[in-house]
Amino acid sequence: MDRFQEIKPALAGDEALSEANRCLMCFDAPCTRACPTHIDVPGFIKKIGTGNLRGSARTILEANILGASCARVCPTEVLCEGACVLNDLHHKPIKIGQLQRHSTDWLMARGGDSLAKLFPPPQKRVDAARVAIIGGGPAGLACAAELARLGHLPVVLEAAQRPGGLNTVGVADYKMSSAFALQEIEWVRQLGVEVKTGVTVGKDVSIADLERDFAAIFVGVGLGKVGALGIPGEDLDGVLDALDLIAELKTDRAAAQKRVLGKRVIVIGGGNTAIDAVTQSARLGAREVHLVYRRGRAEMPAYHHEQELAQHDGCRFVLDSAPTAVNGSAGHVESLALTRMRAQGGQEGRSAALEPVPGSYSEIPCDLVLKASGQVAHSALLSSLPGVKLVRNRPVVDEHGQTSNPRYFAGGDCVSGGKEVVNAVAEGKRAARSIDGWLRSQTKGAA
Amino acid sequence: MADLSSKFAGISSPNPYWLASAPPTNTGDQVMRAFDAGWGGAVWKTIGDPIVNVSSRYSSVDIGGVRMMGLNNIELITDRTPEINFREITEVKKRYPKHAVIASLMVESKRETWHEIVKRAEGSGADGLELNFGCPHGMSERGMGAAVGQVPEYTCKITEWVKEAARTPVIVKLTPNIGDITYAARAAKKGGADAVSLINTINSITGIDLDNFSPRPMVAGRSSHGGYCGPAVKPIALNMVASVAKDSEVQIPISGIGGISTWRDAAEFFLLGASTVQVCTAVMHYGYRIIEDLVDGLSNYLDEKGFASVNDLVGRSLGNVTKWEELDLNYKIIASVDQQKCIGCGLCYVACNDGAHQSIGAKPRADGRTDVWILEDQCVGCNLCSLVCPVSGCITMKKVETGRPTVTWKDFSKDPDKFAYLKDPHH
Repeated sequence: MDRFQEIKPALAGDEALSEANRCLMCFDAPCTRACPTHIDVPGFIKKIGTGNLRGSARTILEANILGASCARVCPTEVLCEGACVLNDLHHKPIKIGQLQRHSTDWLMARGGDSLAKLFPPPQKRVDAARVAIIGGGPAGLACAAELARLGHLPVVLEAAQRPGGLNTVGVADYKMSSAFALQEIEWVRQLGVEVKTGVTVGKDVSIADLERDFAAIFVGVGLGKVGALGIPGEDLDGVLDALDLIAELKTDRAAAQKRVLGKRVIVIGGGNTAIDAVTQSARLGAREVHLVYRRGRAEMPAYHHEQELAQHDGCRFVLDSAPTAVNGSAGHVESLALTRMRAQGGQEGRSAALEPVPGSYSEIPCDLVLKASGQVAHSALLSSLPGVKLVRNRPVVDEHGQTSNPRYFAGGDCVSGGKEVVNAVAEGKRAARSIDGWLRSQTKGAA
Repeated sequence: MADLSSKFAGISSPNPYWLASAPPTNTGDQVMRAFDAGWGGAVWKTIGDPIVNVSSRYSSVDIGGVRMMGLNNIELITDRTPEINFREITEVKKRYPKHAVIASLMVESKRETWHEIVKRAEGSGADGLELNFGCPHGMSERGMGAAVGQVPEYTCKITEWVKEAARTPVIVKLTPNIGDITYAARAAKKGGADAVSLINTINSITGIDLDNFSPRPMVAGRSSHGGYCGPAVKPIALNMVASVAKDSEVQIPISGIGGISTWRDAAEFFLLGASTVQVCTAVMHYGYRIIEDLVDGLSNYLDEKGFASVNDLVGRSLGNVTKWEELDLNYKIIASVDQQKCIGCGLCYVACNDGAHQSIGAKPRADGRTDVWILEDQCVGCNLCSLVCPVSGCITMKKVETGRPTVTWKDFSKDPDKFAYLKDPHH
């Protein structure tokens, strides 16, 4: 058995049909309202029921151009499926994510140009504008796709050698493979999206260049490395950014396997990336996996269903504990030193201030420490954007995705601090429409 | 335990469930397996001059993923000789003397031919005869089946010929492909029939293949209309059974047929005047084994209601089937939503707002669901919301006491001014 097989596999044709037929077709459907991109869920599901898969895919992709990857990576349990009224009636919601995959996979199987052929070709516009998209992740791609559909000329500038951002290198493999993410991007490119990889803004191309060559700029740079723990021993061999391990696994599974097989792994953090690190380590053959989180189970930012996955994989949760040092010898990790933590003076919840419990020192032997305690912003780049106001290293945007410098728009994780792919798509698409509106207003002003 | 044994126009069977004349009664082997499973009787697949069939014979209507809500066939009567069929009937009757075996017959419209087949059928030991005047496809083009059933004079005449020779009860099977089935039933009665059975299948085209444009079931790219049956036809059959049962000129036993799949369906046919029922499509779908629940469910129902036998059901609802003009215009119900059960799907709202009488209010709830409430002064009591609601018992129709007397259309039309308040749609 492939331990990385998909946790939500494709539905067989008849399975999709009977699942589609279960949908009640709610009025003003809760699933649609729960979706950040507001896909008409009952609409696309009923089209599966009538055998109109092309129409079904169009309904999805009109709302969410990355509907194929969202079908795989969305936390549907807390979004559309969590909102499904059948949770109340049958305790079993419609498998919306898998139905969405059924339709989008059907279309994708019809060739690289099938997405472009799905929509009417964009109008040739005399006011077509070149728009720079900094960052080729979900927000940037969604923004670019929408701009292309509106008849503009978006150019995506991606620092990495491969586009897609976390969609390509940061998603647990049993949800989506890199190959699939890249295939989807090829699909989106055919809408008229130019993607330049290996281009770092501020190094290969300056902000001044961008301002000279592009009418507007969208910033969708996401987040960077996991922040430093600030404890002794952090630079020992065997301390790794959890996202680097996931990226390695997705690009070179043998190397990742060699790193993890038979090892004792500790993951530090309580978010969904921490869970991904746990489940992927377990699947790579780790001897034991601990998850260390400084607060309690209820405060973990990871979704409940993700926590259950980690537990299912045999992970031991070490809660209310913070690392104080990474111990090692000969330059290599040997154990993680911990202290118990507690909330200060009657405070509760995720924002309660914590303090160490005196005399609570403990140690867990380990071979590998994976840091998943939160990514930090690309603050150097963001702070170099002229006139773009930042708060806590995040660009501040209005309800249209426009920053304090009207030529600059932003969306995705660099603005939100880290949300779902579907949120990034929604924000990218919203920004594209705002950019189009702003460009029109500029032209009018000049005339 | 209620008594399920049946006596229909002089024909006894352990229970009132007979297999209808169709593929499930094609051979002695099948009929014996059916009796072993618990069926009370079987009407043999129609016997006559052996025919030649086409390949591809059935097609179905599937609704929302449920298969065979309706079934259509272009198969003809038996393709086996009368000798073989009658020999097997003899064999079955020898082994199952208490079960009903009815010979279904169809031959060309000649007196001598009918006399001859009747004698052979009765000679085989069959308990009764069913005259197939209903088959709507193929045979009707040759002047048999529905071609007879659609002309009351022919129905009467051939029934008379049969009765001249018959010593066992004669059941005339009626076609629904006719304006008013009571005329056909009266003709059968006039010709001396001991009972009628209805309905036979309905003329139909179930669908067209959207790739090759052929109707279904496809025979080398073409098809002809077929006979429609299965759950989809039950309401039509119930109405026809009730009309025949209520007709004062008919008043002979009725064997009910048409979409019976469960004991509930059967009970409805009994309540509207049938005293046996015949089943085909459900067996073609699931096999003879469905008889277990048909018997068990009916028996439990009779016990729960305190009825001693099926006879206590027969015709019990007929008095409640009236003309529209006899319904009480002052009977008033309005919808009521049990908010504890409501799952907030909004289906009642959109159905009422777009499809009925705009009597439900709705607003989006913070959790994404839709809150609904009945606008009681607007509600006309049409039932639609309660029909679309996916939650059992969530929307119910509550009686409103108006304090007004029963007023029918007959009363109202005689003196509209006296009941002027009825002109307000929300009276």
